[in-house]
Amino acid sequence: MAASFSPPADLSAALVLASPTMAEWLVILPVAWCLGVGALLVMLRRSLGLQPGIAIAGLAGLVLIDGLLLTHVAANGPATMVMGRWLPPFGIAFTVDMTGALFALVAATVALAAGIFSLVDINDSGRRYGFYPLLMVLMAGVSGAFLTGDIFNLYVWFEVLLISSFGLLVLGSEREQIDGTVKYGFLNLVATTLFLVTTGYLYAVFGTLNMADIARKAENLRDSAPLMTLVGLYVLAFAMKAAAFPVNFWLPASYHTPRVVVSALFAGLLTKVGIYALIRVTVMLFPVEREELSFVLALAGAVTMLVGVFGALAQTDFRRILGYLIVSGIGSIIAGIAIGGPGGTGGAIFYALHSMLVMTGLYFASGIAIRLGASTSIATLAGLYRRHAGFAALTLMLCFAVSGLPPFSGFWPKVMLVKAALDIGAWWLAAALLLTGFLTMIVTGRLFLLAYWREGADTAGETAPLSAATLGPLAALALAALLIGLYPEPLLAAIQSAAAGLAEPSAYLNSVFPAGGSQ
Amino acid sequence: MRSVIFRTVAPFLTGLMVLFSIFVLLRGHNAPGGGFIGGLIAVSALAIYGIAHGVETVRRAIFFHPMAIAGAGLFAATIAGLVSLVARVPFMTGLWIYPSVLGTEIPLSTVMLFDTGVYLVVIGAIGSVALSLEERGGS
Amino acid sequence: MEAWFSLLVGIFFAVAVYLLLSKFIIRVLLGVAVLGNAVNLLIFTGGRLTREVPPVITGGADVLAGPAANPLPQALILTAIVISFSFFAFLLVLAWRAYDDLATDNTDEMRVAEPVNEPAPPLGY
Repeated sequence: MAASFSPPADLSAALVLASPTMAEWLVILPVAWCLGVGALLVMLRRSLGLQPGIAIAGLAGLVLIDGLLLTHVAANGPATMVMGRWLPPFGIAFTVDMTGALFALVAATVALAAGIFSLVDINDSGRRYGFYPLLMVLMAGVSGAFLTGDIFNLYVWFEVLLISSFGLLVLGSEREQIDGTVKYGFLNLVATTLFLVTTGYLYAVFGTLNMADIARKAENLRDSAPLMTLVGLYVLAFAMKAAAFPVNFWLPASYHTPRVVVSALFAGLLTKVGIYALIRVTVMLFPVEREELSFVLALAGAVTMLVGVFGALAQTDFRRILGYLIVSGIGSIIAGIAIGGPGGTGGAIFYALHSMLVMTGLYFASGIAIRLGASTSIATLAGLYRRHAGFAALTLMLCFAVSGLPPFSGFWPKVMLVKAALDIGAWWLAAALLLTGFLTMIVTGRLFLLAYWREGADTAGETAPLSAATLGPLAALALAALLIGLYPEPLLAAIQSAAAGLAEPSAYLNSVFPAGGSQ
Repeated sequence: MRSVIFRTVAPFLTGLMVLFSIFVLLRGHNAPGGGFIGGLIAVSALAIYGIAHGVETVRRAIFFHPMAIAGAGLFAATIAGLVSLVARVPFMTGLWIYPSVLGTEIPLSTVMLFDTGVYLVVIGAIGSVALSLEERGGS
Repeated sequence: MEAWFSLLVGIFFAVAVYLLLSKFIIRVLLGVAVLGNAVNLLIFTGGRLTREVPPVITGGADVLAGPAANPLPQALILTAIVISFSFFAFLLVLAWRAYDDLATDNTDEMRVAEPVNEPAPPLGY
């Protein structure tokens, strides 16, 4: 079935005439794969028994594809796939570099863990409401956001993941969930609309939506166009998506209401998509404006970390504590973006990847703890250590990791960020980072003391067995945190190359416009 | 709303609107129209039928659950993109075939498959919202 | 022409923001609907306005004869319309459910997920 058109003119200036290689197909495959599997699951909505199997196989496939993509990008540099053979900037391009590939791989891993955990957390009614199809569509949105090279397309993937996250949030339709979803829904809608407004302005100024094209045109437009306005609006929109202070209030209002596995997924994925977009736009597209905004960003980051961790100190509900810890982590990442340079950007990316793994794991732990102790409040949870020592040990590992203690994954990004902050003389930012780490340790320490070590009155001596599907994902994430903490070199090298690729995007540009391209 | 006149006219109106929605879907390649607007017309047809004869009747008439229809549409749209993998051209490239049926050449393309997918997704997704709203309004 | 449209966009945004600031869900919903249209108009204006010259290459020619209307904003708006429409549909159903289950459409009274008088966490064993 070959394309049967007769070119009336020289089309090589507008169309890709060569066949794409299999490696280029890898760029688009994560999205197409998720959409395909998701569609299949929607059609099989009555076969509730089949759904988990297909979804987990689909997510394992996604991890495999993203792994191949990462190895390809690590070996050969950024790769581009165009849609409908239109050459960029006319057509939509998917471009993946180290940053996108790293985020996509970790996101897929988190989703696979959540898929396995859902075997015990999602009952038949959840399956009937469409948990698995929504999960796959969410992953399509997340992968698309990480891999696309077109800023309007990024908006579309934001919306795809947002609408499926709505569906996941109301799964079960309890009063609490509806309340949480109302706040989540409206505030996120305002954030994405702000993103769209800014993209409209950007198009009016640049006349292009391709990120590579924007990056190379920004230099010439800097004197004549209001780029600061654009970047400011983008920062506000993405900060709202990422739940940074002062636009963070939707997150603690909603993240504790859905099923635990949904909270875990959101903790790992949604705010980090906002962070990814923030990194992409500020660090790669508008580095000069980022430099000018760095003080505002640093201030927002510092306040966000402290607001998050103080909020966590004031909570009694296990899951609401975690919600505030996510916000606190976002603050550290934004501080990294504000510092800039290889240490700052690299630290931000490292912290984001670490936070994806660890926060998801902590939500899994909260789900297990709530099931074992039959309560969500740390005032009444007790004696979990006696009930299952192994589970308590895994939770403690994740608590250490989130506090940034060695030898776990949170240590290295924190070291990078503190060092980068001291290098540019921002001692107050370094102090805020260290203070946040210390307060996080108090939060998690108190959590562990009360819920795990305190003797329960009625449960003393009684042990509870946990199935492999319950403990497996938690153990995998905790071990990943330990492994990254003990042996960070490979990941660190990948992150350094990602940060370098963002700071000097010539490889990215070459991948989109191979021959230098016409303006 | 359930007057005799409305209930008598509704089936004809629904049939006509569904037919028109398919017409709009098919002319959409080079003229105003397409899957989204066609799907919306079809959903309005279903909604009218639902107002006149009850939501249960509509659910029986469309046989599949609306979400299953949306899933099929999404699947068709994905396949329309992946056909280009076999044809060794970039993702979502429009590919045409011209089979001859009873002496008439009929142009078929992946673009049309994609549009049909959009049509089904819109019918399924918006249809399920509309039907559930009607169910709640009636109770 | 663009100046007048900018003014119109501004009025749309003002109306949308005013409605979004209300504490009643139904007004916020109307605000969301107006906001979607404001953005569409903004993108449309941002793509520059040209009247009555469709960007169609006539038979025999390879390129456009002269300046023509910009088709890209319309493609963007179409996408944005589809998205804002589906969001509006979802939020409408959600608002209804919220009104049903929480028996209020006042966001100040929606404190199920975050109760008002929560006890402070325990300070010790």
